[in-house]
Amino acid sequence: MIIELGHFMLVLALALALIQSVVPIWGAQTNDSRLMAIASPIAIMQFLFVGLAFAALTHAYVTSDFSVQNVWENSHSTMPLLYKFTSVWGNHEGSMLLWVFILVIFSALVGAFGLNLPPKLKANTLAVQGWITAAFLLFVLLTSNPFHRIANAPIEGRDLNPILQDIGLAIHPPLLYLGYVGFSIAFSFSIAALLEGRIDAAWARWVRPWVLVAWGLLTLGIAMGSYWAYYELGWGGYWFWDPVENASFMPWLSGTALLHSAIVMEKRGALKVWTILLSILTFSLSLLGTFLVRSGVLTSVHAFATDPSRGVFILILLVAFIGGGLSLFAWRAPMLKQGGVFSPISREGSLVLNNLFLSAATAAVLVGTLYPLALEATTGAKISVGAPFFNATFGPMMVPLLIAVPVGPLLAWKRGDLFAAMQRLFIALGAAIFVTVLCYALINGGSALAPLGIGLAVWVMVGALAEMQLRIGLFKLPLGKSFSRLIGLPRTVFGAALGHFGLGMTLLGLIVASAYQTEDILVMKPGDQTSISGYTFQLDGFREHAEFNYVDLIGSFQVTKDGQQVAELHPAKRVYTSRNMPTTETAIHTIGGVTQLYLSLGDAQENNGIGVRIYYKPWVTFIWLGCVVMFIGGCFSISDRRLRIGAPARKGRAKQAAGTA
Amino acid sequence: MSRKQKRMMLIGAAGAVLFAAVGLILFALQNQITFFMSPSEIAEKGVAPGQRIRLGGLVKEESVERTDKAHVSFVVTDGGSEIKVAYAGILPDLFREGQGVVTEGMMNSDGSFAADTVLAKHDENYMPREVADALKEQGHWQDSYGKVEIN
Repeated sequence: MIIELGHFMLVLALALALIQSVVPIWGAQTNDSRLMAIASPIAIMQFLFVGLAFAALTHAYVTSDFSVQNVWENSHSTMPLLYKFTSVWGNHEGSMLLWVFILVIFSALVGAFGLNLPPKLKANTLAVQGWITAAFLLFVLLTSNPFHRIANAPIEGRDLNPILQDIGLAIHPPLLYLGYVGFSIAFSFSIAALLEGRIDAAWARWVRPWVLVAWGLLTLGIAMGSYWAYYELGWGGYWFWDPVENASFMPWLSGTALLHSAIVMEKRGALKVWTILLSILTFSLSLLGTFLVRSGVLTSVHAFATDPSRGVFILILLVAFIGGGLSLFAWRAPMLKQGGVFSPISREGSLVLNNLFLSAATAAVLVGTLYPLALEATTGAKISVGAPFFNATFGPMMVPLLIAVPVGPLLAWKRGDLFAAMQRLFIALGAAIFVTVLCYALINGGSALAPLGIGLAVWVMVGALAEMQLRIGLFKLPLGKSFSRLIGLPRTVFGAALGHFGLGMTLLGLIVASAYQTEDILVMKPGDQTSISGYTFQLDGFREHAEFNYVDLIGSFQVTKDGQQVAELHPAKRVYTSRNMPTTETAIHTIGGVTQLYLSLGDAQENNGIGVRIYYKPWVTFIWLGCVVMFIGGCFSISDRRLRIGAPARKGRAKQAAGTA
Repeated sequence: MSRKQKRMMLIGAAGAVLFAAVGLILFALQNQITFFMSPSEIAEKGVAPGQRIRLGGLVKEESVERTDKAHVSFVVTDGGSEIKVAYAGILPDLFREGQGVVTEGMMNSDGSFAADTVLAKHDENYMPREVADALKEQGHWQDSYGKVEIN
């Protein structure tokens, strides 16, 4: 009964979404404030109804109701409660329901907290959210209904794909979706601005918090997915340029560009048209990502088998939203008034540079992701585009951008002084050169590429702090005074510094871990020893361990360095009994919070031997810690007073913004 | 600088970055991609030793030999032709005789294949799409090979 109610709630939500799609926009056109005012309550009610539908499906999973096809296909009565809960979105239907649920959460938030938005802008924005919600609810109800019943309920479910039974993957999709779908708000705001035909600096101030939320959560989601792949797949890799990863990386890149161009628009009223275009493109890339992942068009580790009717449906949605959005843009954008001029060497100029390189990098990833599909569709030739392609395209585009990162915030608005900015960065430059030379000398010989990369990372990290150091007068004023200035700094300054610092950390982790990692792949028998980067690994023996839904073959390793015990590691080869599917359970030991020893088991071999894969990965955790720091930077920026309180009056605020900049 | 000059600077910079990006992408598409081939296609068209390709097919029954330590060799077949593959490393969880496999590497001059990567797929019934197509071409497809990822 609960399941039928859930289904019914979803249909009701669709009806509400259809009303929301039409009525507020009609109100905005006819200046009828009553019609516009229904947008918010309807958005909140949709959130309620979709939430109830989601709860109904969750209830079916938690109580193992196998009369529901979706539950039967993806759950098992013996699964731990946590995974029963998370398997709600460990499948196509459930994850699309989650997608829509997150979409209506965002709409409801705009409805509930967008109190100071101009009524027309708000009505139009929510109406556009209504279009997206209606389209995706239709998709769920027509092609991916999770509430489908089976006539004769089976006694036992078919179990969740074992590699999805992991806490990392349980949190990864919701975070990723929060990011993906969060960009819908920027999209809707843009379409609303185009419909209204007017846009100003205040618009950027309303949109920026939403972009920050989406960007921050997407950053975390991508990092989480990467760490999951690292420890779960057992090959020690953290980024494969797999199309599914690219699908989430493209909105991140263009979202990062959007984050920066919105600053220019907010502070200077420039780059309006470009910011609108970026908002449309970023959400388009999110939709493209949803299409790539959900239509099963890809061959990849992530792709769950699906059927083509869904692909065609999403493709139609994709074309409608991207095509419609861009057409509206082409028609209305020329009417928007262009704002402020600036010289090429200025804060604006540096942010334009940032946008240029990020857009070009996004395009490179897009081509690398879609080209194999296009080539196969047209010529039938099957190719794979992997790391070599992206290293040759994405890499060179990132280098100039990274060099410019510390310089940008030190340039003045409108017209900057590059020489003065460089003078202020002498500490960062000195540190970068020092570290580069030191690394080169210590490693003596070998490629100079890695030390240069490390130097670049140090440049970004130290340079990120330069603006803060300058503004608080560190080393120039007494410490107490610097401290009180530090507290008084706008939070966005912390946000930018942390964001850039985190970027440098991730870069550092990537370079050190890939350049100086060592690995050993060998067959070991109990009693065997092997050494790698000064650490000795001894295999003591194996044992079997059975849980209710899997059997482990656990190896026991003693890790020592200079005769001192470092750790005892227990990697395992696990076989899930219900699907007879093997997985690798790696054992990881972190040294000093940064460097990891990584151990995974291969196949058992004759003579009681077993394949063992050992990695020594220096500084590898920086890759993900950097992402966490970026996320924290985003939180700081969102909490800035200016964004939180919002803009009471369009004109007054815009003037003030222009005045303080 | 006048307003117009500033705008031209901006457009010039954008053009330069765009130009460089397009150049890089085109260059990489020429040189940095790998083609997928089945053993029959290799027998037919030939591949220059040293060119990176992906080779896919079924792991022939009783062909897996462990030479020493972690070195392993096996035969990949699509029913029409077969090629011996040498690989150093740990095989993925779901590597089995009689199952589909995709390997990446280069042809040796003696007609064997040196793989540096064997791709892991995480489903017990999974058949790589390319492998399924290759088998169908050779007329050796059986439904018992399991479900193909649907396109």
